[in-house]
Amino acid sequence: MLRDAMIIFRYQLRLLLREPVWIIITMIQPLLYLALFAPLLEPIAKTQGFPPGDAWQVFVPGLLIQLGIFGSMFVGFGIIAEVRWGTIERMRVTPASRLGLLLGRVLRDTLVLLLQAALLTVIAVAFGLRVPLAGALVAVAIVGLLGVALSSLSYAAGLWLKSEDALAPLLNMVSVPVLLLSGILLPMEFAPPWLRHLASANPFSHVVDGSRAAFRGDYGASSLTIGLCAAAGLAVVGLLIAKRTFERESA
Amino acid sequence: MITARGLARTFKTRTATVEAVRGLDLDVAAGEIVGLLGPNGAGKTTTQRMLATLLAPTAGTATVAGCDLRADPVGVRRQLGYVSQAGGTNPGAKVDEELITQGQLYGLTAATAATRARALCASLDLADLGDRIIGKLSGGQRRRLDIALGLVHQPKLVFLDEPSTGLDPHSRANLWSHIRGLRDQAGATILLTTHYLDEADALCDRIFIIDHGVIVASGTPAELKRRISGDLVTFEVDDVERATAVLRDHPEARDVTAVERGLRVTVDRGEAQALPLMRALDDAGVKVGSLHIAHPSLDDVFLTLTGRSLRE
Ligand SMILES: Nc1ncnc2c1ncn2[C@@H]1O[C@H](COP(=O)(O)OP(=O)(O)OP(=O)(O)O)[C@@H](O)[C@H]1O
Ligand SMILES: [Mg+2]
Repeated sequence: MLRDAMIIFRYQLRLLLREPVWIIITMIQPLLYLALFAPLLEPIAKTQGFPPGDAWQVFVPGLLIQLGIFGSMFVGFGIIAEVRWGTIERMRVTPASRLGLLLGRVLRDTLVLLLQAALLTVIAVAFGLRVPLAGALVAVAIVGLLGVALSSLSYAAGLWLKSEDALAPLLNMVSVPVLLLSGILLPMEFAPPWLRHLASANPFSHVVDGSRAAFRGDYGASSLTIGLCAAAGLAVVGLLIAKRTFERESA
Repeated sequence: MITARGLARTFKTRTATVEAVRGLDLDVAAGEIVGLLGPNGAGKTTTQRMLATLLAPTAGTATVAGCDLRADPVGVRRQLGYVSQAGGTNPGAKVDEELITQGQLYGLTAATAATRARALCASLDLADLGDRIIGKLSGGQRRRLDIALGLVHQPKLVFLDEPSTGLDPHSRANLWSHIRGLRDQAGATILLTTHYLDEADALCDRIFIIDHGVIVASGTPAELKRRISGDLVTFEVDDVERATAVLRDHPEARDVTAVERGLRVTVDRGEAQALPLMRALDDAGVKVGSLHIAHPSLDDVFLTLTGRSLRE
């Protein structure tokens, strides 16, 4: 199974590296996020109810999670193309394990995401972020787990729907509430109680809180443990759902 | 090598239920080249996809390459090479890359896969294209790559779904000799689908003709040709029913089909037998308007066997 995963991983990575435009875009993206959001940061940080910590320490983890969500969520479009080309069917007739075929792809997506996340953090340091190395690594690991979860789910959705026209609205429908309720864009500290309850049911909000704790260097915080568990749980659930979908006959 | 009993598959779409394959019995011995011949929608692809473990049969059982289809699908996959009707290549990948990855998925090392890929490319007229991006291959080159992908692991059982679509006459002849070579040199068993009678004739030891999901005839090409060869005599008559009754029992008429305002009769030699048949009709009081003798084309063969034309 792992061997199959590595074969697919290397194959998919090579295909990706052949697209120079794609490489430039993925690397510029983090820079763009920072350059556009940083000017808003100082004034907002002075607002009442802003989460604890230095403005950068609050903002950058949120950006990382957002990168994790948007960087992984759209991989399902790729698998729809593969279904159309017939490559998925061709690989399904080989003895390769279904989980291996899935994992290889997820691994590729996660590697790319981790590189982007690391790059974003480094650039943020240049902009003025102060973060302990261990905390940054933990936060990047959380993003990686999130990437595993979301790219798996996106592949499952792509295989299920088999149509770009159906996948796009689904992703839109899911991403906006998840993003708003995670406290990435606007801190949930501002929210009325009912919205706050809703947010606390959203695993992503715990993931965001966890990475913020990591960035503060607050390793004992319960929010960090909860965040890590939430991310790991999402990854496991995502993989299981995607595995089942890959094993379905019509996939 | 393949034993199937009562294999069936029904598709449910939103508006209808399609019985694509309806109870197929199939036996293929090791080292045979067997063809599934039939018009569009006959169920050829569905049959192959079931036997290739891609589609679960709604009924029936099958043993493929010694492994039970339902109990040991991975065992089947390990020994099977499958080339689908539509192919399956990533337009962004390179020819070599695709072949080597495919070989690796079958458990070959990268080095062995590369050697096999090179040899296959050479014999399928793809030499020097190893470094080419697949999206930039011609249609025929891509089809030959599809076939190569099904063969990298040197399977002992090969399924080819309309392997020669899109190939020019030269490539087609080359493919045929390659397929024969697979059997003669490597001892492989081959199950291919086609709707070209000449392809089935040139290549297959045995042919199953399927239509509407059932086998309507089977045998060696020679046997089938004997059944379906002969000439077609078409009579225009005033009373089709009576004429059919008369000719059905006539010793020289092998097959009688009603057509528009007349009858189509299969006989061994049209020129010699048309007149006696006409006389028989005349004796029975059927008026014959005209008479037409034709030597059968591929289309007539299908018409005789399936009641349907290959040209739709
Ligand atoms: N996934 C599916 N859903 C619904 N109907 C299907 C599906 N796949 C095949 N069919 C139907 O089953 C029937 C048999 O199809 P199949 O592809 O096996 O034919 P075929 O003999 O391979 O024809 P062709 O010569 O055109 O390739 C057709 O009527 C087809 O429309
Ligand atoms: Mg077909």
